[in-house]
Amino acid sequence: MKIFLPNSAFIGNIDPFLRALDLSNSDTLEITTNKSWISIHPVVLSLVAALGLKANPKEIKCDSLEAKSIHYLERMGLFKFLGVRSGINITKHEPAGRFIPLTQIKNSKELSRFIEDMIPLLHLEPKQAEPIRYVVSELVRNVIEHADSRDGAIVCAQYYAKSNRIAIGIVDTGVGIKKTINQSYPAETSMKAIQLALTPGITGTTNREGGTELNAGAGLFFIKTIAKVNSDLFMVYTGNALYKLLKSTTNKLYSDPLRDRHSQAEDLPLFNGTVVGIDISLDETKEFSGILSLIRGVYARSVKERKKARYRKPKFI
Amino acid sequence: MITIKLFGQTGSFAENKDIARDLRIKEIIPALDKGEDIVLDFTNVEAATQSFIHALISDLIRKYGYEILDKISFKNCNETIQKIIMIVTDYMQES
Repeated sequence: MKIFLPNSAFIGNIDPFLRALDLSNSDTLEITTNKSWISIHPVVLSLVAALGLKANPKEIKCDSLEAKSIHYLERMGLFKFLGVRSGINITKHEPAGRFIPLTQIKNSKELSRFIEDMIPLLHLEPKQAEPIRYVVSELVRNVIEHADSRDGAIVCAQYYAKSNRIAIGIVDTGVGIKKTINQSYPAETSMKAIQLALTPGITGTTNREGGTELNAGAGLFFIKTIAKVNSDLFMVYTGNALYKLLKSTTNKLYSDPLRDRHSQAEDLPLFNGTVVGIDISLDETKEFSGILSLIRGVYARSVKERKKARYRKPKFI
Repeated sequence: MITIKLFGQTGSFAENKDIARDLRIKEIIPALDKGEDIVLDFTNVEAATQSFIHALISDLIRKYGYEILDKISFKNCNETIQKIIMIVTDYMQES
């Protein structure tokens, strides 16, 4: 595998970075970076770390890393994760260093502990913390329960003072959304699988309305809604497909994610697993209870519509 | 009437579905089967995920019918927890 970390890779402009990934030969990993400076979203770091866990530790090479570039990567724990020496020692955090370094979460207990530790690290007020811990909990739990990933979920987050937002990246190298959804619903492509996974009430565990005793198929819809209502960016990359929820001027919720303002691509390098990135603006964070009211309306409507679509029509002859 | 306090097991953020399932199977269902009314006491629980609430109550509605909600009370829920409970009870009754 070969990864080039560019000058800039955030959710809005992540497509070229993903397109340039060489995911062949998963035993080896070669990381190169832009020589002058790099500025990348945590989802990129989580992806690099997740791929690093798949590679043979002796076959991981980090070349051409300039000091300005590696400082951030070191602070986020990338080299420690990859088992590579960077030669840089970070003795104290920067004053604005509100971040969560790369963390591997493999089970429910580790997730609960991570969420407990996460909020103090980000210095968040309770109102700001609520959607963030919600998003992390639901996304990581999805990985633990559905991804069938040996390495669990790789998570990291960063606060950006200039834009006053938290960026979160969660990556697994499990079976991907298509295989999970296909257990209950037909999805011929990864994009169709993403569309179904973001639809309220659709879960890979059953095609029964209301889900199973443990899964309802609501988690990703809730998260997409939190992003949409707060005008934040949200992305899912799995298989060869990338779905990006773009900033919206309307709060109107749709059960079908393809009706939301979005971009999509289906010709990316085949990634076995799932990559989820989200930005949460702390300026714009709406009251969580208000978001839940919107969700309640559209969720019930969506279930009703699906139920109605299954009605048999009387035959008049 | 049996009161089940959640905070001791869930902490302030109720998100662990394993705990929800255990509460349902080990405490709620046995009490309902004895004909008891249940109070789920959310005192000091600041937030809950939809997954947690689903794992806690959805199977009760499926198993006993929506009338079971007459036998369950949700105590000291803040506004967001109330809304999540309403979302789950709505879609379970619609399905």
